[in-house]
Amino acid sequence: MDEDKIDKIIEEHRTDKSELIPILQDVQAEYNWLPQDTLRYIAKRLQVPLTDVFGIATFYKSFSLKPRGKHLVRVCLGTACHVRGGPRILETAERILGIKTGETTEDYKFTLESVNCLGCCALGPVMVVDNEYYGKLPPTKVEKVLHKYGYTSLSSGKGGET
Amino acid sequence: MNRRKIKSPSDLEKLRQEILAKRDPKKPRIAICAGTGCLALGARKVITTFKEELKKRGLENEVEIRETGCPGFCEKGTIVVIYPEGIYYLQVQPGDVPEIVEKTLVEKKHVERLLYTDPTTNEKAIHEDEIPFYKHQMRLLIGNNIKVDPKNIDDYIALGGYRALAKALPEMTPEEVIEEVKRANLRGRGGGGFPAGRKWETTRNAPGEPKYVIVNCDEGDPGAFMNRALMEGNPHSVIEGLIIGAYAIGSHEGFIYVRDEYPLAVENTGIALEQAREYGLLGRDIMGSGFDFDVKIFRGAGAFISGESSALMSSLEGKVGAPKPKYVHTSIKGLWNKPSNLNNVETWANIPLIINKGARWFTSIGTEGSKGTKIFALVGKVNNTGLVEVPFGITLREIIYNIGGGIPNNKKFKAVQTGGPSGGCIPERFIDTAVDFDELTKLGSMMGSGGMIVMDEDTCMVDVARYFIDFLVDESCGRCVPCREGLERMSEILNDICEGRGKEGDIELLEELSEVMKDTSMCGLGRTAPNPVLTTIHYFRDEYDAHIKEKKCPAHVCKALIEYYIDAEKCTGCLACLKACPEGAIAGEKERVHVINREKCSKCGICYDTCKFGAVIIS
Repeated sequence: MDEDKIDKIIEEHRTDKSELIPILQDVQAEYNWLPQDTLRYIAKRLQVPLTDVFGIATFYKSFSLKPRGKHLVRVCLGTACHVRGGPRILETAERILGIKTGETTEDYKFTLESVNCLGCCALGPVMVVDNEYYGKLPPTKVEKVLHKYGYTSLSSGKGGET
Repeated sequence: MNRRKIKSPSDLEKLRQEILAKRDPKKPRIAICAGTGCLALGARKVITTFKEELKKRGLENEVEIRETGCPGFCEKGTIVVIYPEGIYYLQVQPGDVPEIVEKTLVEKKHVERLLYTDPTTNEKAIHEDEIPFYKHQMRLLIGNNIKVDPKNIDDYIALGGYRALAKALPEMTPEEVIEEVKRANLRGRGGGGFPAGRKWETTRNAPGEPKYVIVNCDEGDPGAFMNRALMEGNPHSVIEGLIIGAYAIGSHEGFIYVRDEYPLAVENTGIALEQAREYGLLGRDIMGSGFDFDVKIFRGAGAFISGESSALMSSLEGKVGAPKPKYVHTSIKGLWNKPSNLNNVETWANIPLIINKGARWFTSIGTEGSKGTKIFALVGKVNNTGLVEVPFGITLREIIYNIGGGIPNNKKFKAVQTGGPSGGCIPERFIDTAVDFDELTKLGSMMGSGGMIVMDEDTCMVDVARYFIDFLVDESCGRCVPCREGLERMSEILNDICEGRGKEGDIELLEELSEVMKDTSMCGLGRTAPNPVLTTIHYFRDEYDAHIKEKKCPAHVCKALIEYYIDAEKCTGCLACLKACPEGAIAGEKERVHVINREKCSKCGICYDTCKFGAVIIS
């Protein structure tokens, strides 16, 4: 952990418990996940119990306590995507990457997550890789999209859970 | 940019005249939707291609390009509108750009194939108001989205923006503003439908300072995205409403809570707040009225339940965003235990309209108990998906058929789901119901935030109920027993039914659990969670029976109850399904009938999608 980096993030906010969520968001933006030692350090700096910091980090879905892959693949399972075949997109992505939802490939290239609604329901089913949206996606095109991000059959296989 | 402070209503008017004077209404303008939906369809590339093409032809100073908010017709994105004529081009691809520039901007002709074509008459529609999707709408709130660049406050001001604020601050007392909103009978658009004016009054009269005003843009209902479209497409309409509300309530500090999944809304709102501050529309002594107010933006961190008012306030306090029992309303004791008024994005966006045009005008639109318009997200199995703004009182049929263009692929309409996970499924026989808060509640559903998911004969209603319950199992905060345990048990029963393990008595057990949850859960999530189950049981009991007694899924959705096979008469032996099958479960040779090995088949359905001859059958 780079204490200076965390200090800089905390200084951009007030050293106040109410800023805990924005601080964790910025730390996660820096590391792509929330390493445990950063949580301990933030708890100490803000003088809040570590349980509160863990409470926040585990309650909200956007935080991850495990390292995530280079590319974050999210498949929307909102209602509109559900009725238009979102679950099949997710199954296809699971099969191609060889991991379950919430897991990361062994080479840390891809993390696969589901999301409850991305708000582009008119384009369902939708898959998002990093911040690129792929709408009206048939299951047969999932592999092609993943190839764009450097998927090869070597990427598949289980790594850590997020 | 250096912006001069607006110190009085006449300053605002002067600024508006200056902005308009600098703009030539005859100058060609290309408006391109840069909302999340169109961006997902490749709008960014369309925008850069237009820029390159204009530069190549030396037209970059002759033609303005405006990246706008979402006009709602997401099905047909990327949407490009050419002004001053208002020519509406749909499904524009980067490759179409040179032709649009050449034909429309230079030769002043239409590119016929990019215009809307009526599927039955083949007639072309050139302008927005000729396209059936728009023609039957009343677009008071989202109508301006295609006209403004959300990153430029001047666009909003040019259209008369902040005029309501300029009217309210000097001419009306806070009480008069509240009275006007009460007379307008504006009901909360976030789901509950509580009268906004009464909520404002309670907060104003509640003891304690400071008071807070909050915009709820934690739009978590799956299938709803009108808040996203307003917040990212025309943020100043929401901010103006919020400032007026703050003045009426006596608040000097506001928050806009935006869902983490909406990065563009966060970005555009941040820019909008900064520009409003530069003009002095936020900050100290707004327009010389002596009223001080400022707003902070807060990014959610991904929790559906945090959209509930007390939970959202906990989240703002930096805590776990779980609801609290509301013995005392948040309007009396909310954020940091101070009086706090929270309204939905769409509710706030209605305020400038009410102040500008008056409560009498507002109440002339809608039904007895529901006034004004409502934006619905019309999605699912419907031809024209997108955002639809209609007056209350319009029927479901008008929305789904006249605006939505009916059901794709000649399938049969089965039901429409409204109100998100708290709502219910309304069957075909109620399609002529006039939509408003009270009518939807009578049918066992609710308005909710305005999601409207159309379902056809291929949608399994038991699977839909299971979907919502599984969604809520994930999203329940787990604090109260009826919701936490009730949802888990319901999920088990519904999953059993969908997987062929349903048994007699399951339906009755679901109903009993539902009653307990409705009566005893702590917050709205648990109290309304049984709605999708109860309405599907009530209206589609035969589908439950088919799953439980006959172990059949009539819609062919529940995997455990279906099998794929190949119809020997239709199969041409083209090898397409065989090659596509990820499990290697299909055997056959070229021009010989293929066969699916049931042992290996994972029922992914890829063969069904791949076959061009309709030879893959689900039984």
